[in-house]
Amino acid sequence: MHMAMASDAPGNEFRLGMLIYDTRYRSLTIQVIVLILFGLAVAWLLNNTVQNLEAKGRTFNYGFLWQRAGYDIQQQLIPYTNDSTHFRALLVGLMNTLVVAILGCIGATIVGIIVGVLRLSKNWLVSKLMTIYVEIFRNIPLLLWILFIFVPLGELAPNPTDFRVTEEMQAAGEEPRASMILFDTVAITARGVNAPYPLLERPLGTVDVAGIPFNLSVLAFLAVVGASFYANSLIRRRARAVQEATGVRPVIWWKSLLILFAPAIVFLWALGFHLEVPELTRFNFSGGVLVQNSFIALLIALILYTGAFIAEIVRAGILAVSKGQTEAAFALGLRPNRTMSLIILPQALRVIIPPLISQFLNLTKNTSLGIAVSYLDLRGTLGGITLNQTGRELECMLLMMLIYLIISLIISSLMNIYNRSVRLKER
Amino acid sequence: MKRSVFFGALTVAGLAAGASAAATLDEVKARGELICGSNTGLAGFGAPDASGNWQGFDVALCKALGASVLGDATKVRFVPTTGETRFTALASGEVDVLIRNSTWTLTRDTELAFDFVAVNYYDGQGFMVKRDLGVSSAKELDGATVCIQTGTTTELNLADFFKSNNMTYTPVNVADDSEAQRQYLAGACDAYTTDASGLAASRATMPDPGSHVILPEIISKEPLGPVVRHGDNNWGDVVRWTYYALLTAEEKGITAANVEEVAASSTDPEVRRLLGVEGDMGAKLGLDPDAFKRAIAAVGNYGEVFEANVGEATPIGLARGLNALWTQGGLQYAPPFR
Repeated sequence: MHMAMASDAPGNEFRLGMLIYDTRYRSLTIQVIVLILFGLAVAWLLNNTVQNLEAKGRTFNYGFLWQRAGYDIQQQLIPYTNDSTHFRALLVGLMNTLVVAILGCIGATIVGIIVGVLRLSKNWLVSKLMTIYVEIFRNIPLLLWILFIFVPLGELAPNPTDFRVTEEMQAAGEEPRASMILFDTVAITARGVNAPYPLLERPLGTVDVAGIPFNLSVLAFLAVVGASFYANSLIRRRARAVQEATGVRPVIWWKSLLILFAPAIVFLWALGFHLEVPELTRFNFSGGVLVQNSFIALLIALILYTGAFIAEIVRAGILAVSKGQTEAAFALGLRPNRTMSLIILPQALRVIIPPLISQFLNLTKNTSLGIAVSYLDLRGTLGGITLNQTGRELECMLLMMLIYLIISLIISSLMNIYNRSVRLKER
Repeated sequence: MKRSVFFGALTVAGLAAGASAAATLDEVKARGELICGSNTGLAGFGAPDASGNWQGFDVALCKALGASVLGDATKVRFVPTTGETRFTALASGEVDVLIRNSTWTLTRDTELAFDFVAVNYYDGQGFMVKRDLGVSSAKELDGATVCIQTGTTTELNLADFFKSNNMTYTPVNVADDSEAQRQYLAGACDAYTTDASGLAASRATMPDPGSHVILPEIISKEPLGPVVRHGDNNWGDVVRWTYYALLTAEEKGITAANVEEVAASSTDPEVRRLLGVEGDMGAKLGLDPDAFKRAIAAVGNYGEVFEANVGEATPIGLARGLNALWTQGGLQYAPPFR
């Protein structure tokens, strides 16, 4: 009976109408149609672009990247002159983007966690102050914050020439209109902050990898510091083992101090470490390092703006941990600080990290606003000067979008790996 | 089958798009409005005045063009463009013509696919510094910080100048003239460099013009002129000859005030052809016979435009110099209206 019913059922043989009327095929049909329409739309866009470029007598190629750039860039983290190629200028811009993005993410996270925790403080004044900070920064466009910080930096600080002491001024016993701070090592001017720069008398040299020089002295110094920390962790582990075996923790603080600082100090002394203090020349301070106002303004604005959003995420994460956890911790005799760091925050991280990723991505993309304050990042070099000098709008824009896309994908995949490590382990 | 029909349709659409982009004159006439790419605000050359009306040396040429093509100098819409956005705006068809202190270079002529149809201002790049800095020559600027508008030829000239003189500098790349002025005045840079005419215009709008010096060195040739898209030769001719009409008017002594009277009384055959009294000069370009007469009546001749906007009687105070007529030792020279 069953068999007969099945074989008698209509639809055993396939008819075209079934693509629409048969629920088994309908969704497939719709998907195929949508896919075809989407493909046609993309093809039309590409075709239209190619046709219009041809009609304008323009070609599409990236050969210009290997031509001489011809322009100068203020902040260079890798060597660059106006004889370098446009590609090199792109790399310089990319470095400038990355340095703001990385420092910004770190700073915004620190600000966000502190403010997020303080917003839940029982102290009325502290929690209200934090609320005001969050609401002010969240609700005013980032570009305005960047300009709001940048303009006073330039307008209020003295010019480099204000630091000059002429012979007439000495004779008259006059003071210069401005002077350096921190034992005459740091000068704050309308252009930026001139700070001392660490130099070595006997440096280890550099190694070029793909045109980007790596300073061996810095790498060696980092290796020494890393080794010190590792050695210190060994000492602490032994102390813990002794404590567990005998119940008495040996005194190790002087060993830790020695092992953490002595090797680094000896290393720096051996290489002849000294600071190069900026000195006033004809127009500017030379020597030392100049941290530009545009960089400072962009970084501070990004940190404070994104920090406000992260604070809300942190607060939400903490509130998501049930109150019973806190009460249980208190019942065990843990103090509030330890409760927060050992019980609440680790659990809150599971809620915090996914939205935190999008804040990091936002911050990274927002670095492109640096053009408003003359900060030459990727948008300023590739998407600004190179684009304009070569007239290759389409090529530059596509390349720039691709690079931002890759940066964002790298950030989110790194954060996803971290997220996997802290999420709830289900066994 | 269906695929080939589809792609055939695409090809037609693409070709149609290409063809329509080529006939700017017809588009402007059909629209009844000329869209002119202008400066975001450079006093004397192109800037809105207190009541929001665009005024200036470059703006006057736009208005003359509006008068010759549409018969009305007010039917011009000005689109402010920065050094960075101007060429994209022109290439994409957002503006019909770009009259905005743009330097004629080989690369812009070829790779950017534009045509510079004339030179309405012969300029060169200079430097401005504060007087109390005690600098009297650009060669003394070694180690200085220099403000520069991004996306301009001046950016490249600056790099070349310092390199050939074995000097170093720190660039501060700013988006437009007003931001450059603000940063220069705030002390973010020691010197501001752009076209000498632009420096004079900027200085005129500063609170204390006397405390700034324009250094004597001119480090480049900056022929500034109107730009159109490459390939639309008829539209290029319209812009070029409207400009030459203003030049010829100065040469022949025709002014905004006397143009009607000259048209009625003149016996000079070239003047009669220029003003459309005889011949078909306008028709050859697809314009009305009296197109150039309207342009001259709207803004005056080249000399009048110069003196009214940037000349020595204005705060900007530029001398004619290279921009005098060829008959007075300058470079401004119009081919014959014949």
